[in-house]
Amino acid sequence: MDLDALRKQLIAAARAHPPSDRVPYAFEKRIMARLAAAAAATADPWALWGRVLWRAAAPCVGVMCATMLWFAISKDLSASNDSLAADLESTVLAPLENLNDSW
Amino acid sequence: MADLPEVAPMKSDSELIAAVLRGDSESFESLIRKYQPRVFATARRYARREDEIEDIVQEIFIKAFQKLSSYRGDAPFEHWLMRLAVHTCYDFLRMHQRKKENSFGELSTEENDWLEHFVAEPSADLEKAAAAKALVDKILDQLSPSARLVITLLEIEERSIKEIAALTGWSVSLVKVRAFRARAEMRKCLRRLARDKYL
Repeated sequence: MDLDALRKQLIAAARAHPPSDRVPYAFEKRIMARLAAAAAATADPWALWGRVLWRAAAPCVGVMCATMLWFAISKDLSASNDSLAADLESTVLAPLENLNDSW
Repeated sequence: MADLPEVAPMKSDSELIAAVLRGDSESFESLIRKYQPRVFATARRYARREDEIEDIVQEIFIKAFQKLSSYRGDAPFEHWLMRLAVHTCYDFLRMHQRKKENSFGELSTEENDWLEHFVAEPSADLEKAAAAKALVDKILDQLSPSARLVITLLEIEERSIKEIAALTGWSVSLVKVRAFRARAEMRKCLRRLARDKYL
């Protein structure tokens, strides 16, 4: 196959079929609406504040969940430590209690 | 005879730009209306899906609005806008660099027929066929972003090296180097096409 001739034919085909310049209906209105929305968002301080609050909401919920989890785990651990200490004490002192009873 | 309604005179680009810079953003709509067919045609050279094309054009005009104050007016507005369009299309190609397939196995029947016809009669006038256009689109899809941009501007749009340098912001020597590499890349692609088809 003559690759050079093929390249020339394909490039000629691309030139013979220029892309369409068709524009979707009211496309300029869509761009103007986007520009207006962007301008309004930067001009209105309350909208800006609201956007910042919304963005901060997710990290705040994350921190809250992590704190709750940490608190729950630490509470469980301290509770089980207490009961372990009490269990150990009663086990160790059990023979002495029996000894007192026998006297 | 009834009086004809008075038609507002067409404002020039520089008048419209000055109005936009003064804060009359509505004047920008006239600029969009005037240049959007040209920008759509440019975007269609680099993207195929209509939603991608609309996104590219939208991005071009939003960037143009935001950077309008940097337009110095020493060249026509259209040149400035087309430079912005080419940059945005190049960014699109780099961001959406499709996974390159190393074979042309999925050629349609029409594309296969076109190739058969070409092999039988290489000098025939075959460039009008839609299958040839589809085939060249497939080959361009396989090129790297810079090769595709250079082949499109240099070979398909028949622009000069200087024009490409002005459009892309690359130096003349860089355009020459990239053109050389792009042609080599395209030859490699065509060789792969020939190998897949006839081996």
